[in-house]
Amino acid sequence: MNRLLHHSVLLLSSLFFALAQAKDLEINTPAIAQLKASMGGRHAELKPWFDAGVIGLTRDGNVALRDANAVPLAQRQAVNTLIAAENNDRAALYREIARANGNPAWEADIRATFGQRWIERAAPGWWVQNASGQWQQK
Amino acid sequence: MPLRLPTAIALAMLLAGCVTINIYFPAAAAEKAADKLIDEIWQLKDGKPTSSGQPAAEPGTPGAPKP
Repeated sequence: MNRLLHHSVLLLSSLFFALAQAKDLEINTPAIAQLKASMGGRHAELKPWFDAGVIGLTRDGNVALRDANAVPLAQRQAVNTLIAAENNDRAALYREIARANGNPAWEADIRATFGQRWIERAAPGWWVQNASGQWQQK
Repeated sequence: MPLRLPTAIALAMLLAGCVTINIYFPAAAAEKAADKLIDEIWQLKDGKPTSSGQPAAEPGTPGAPKP
């Protein structure tokens, strides 16, 4: 009986150890690496538009056109294409992280987490959506 | 070697642990993962910061000039 108790305690502690170890999410997969590279390359093109306040970061983890009038007509299409491509990659990234961690159902939570973090990390001067969806400048 | 009761309990608990890990969304781990990916995508941490240099959230110590 004593031995059983001893074993149980041992096991409980190893279980908590295992729980504590399981803290990091898996983000090192080929699919995620590819999305990261694609988005990293695009950022150089997006950045001037962020800096100019033309585009901003939304609560739901996307990029959106904030002030269409600030874009010369000739470039408007290019900006819209950039935004669409970026949002595609972002959706794929959120889906892929959920999938890589064995929980496709986490996708919405991951998107919400990213939505907060992109905004939190945005550079001063960039436009972001506040909790009620209004644009405000950082 | 026969499967003893303690071993069986151990396996059951480990299994339960795995299930627990997978059901609840690990918010803190997700934030950490998000920050890591954002650093890499915006290249905030490998030498050449995009525009703000430091991550924005640094409360206190306003404008202590750096050499």
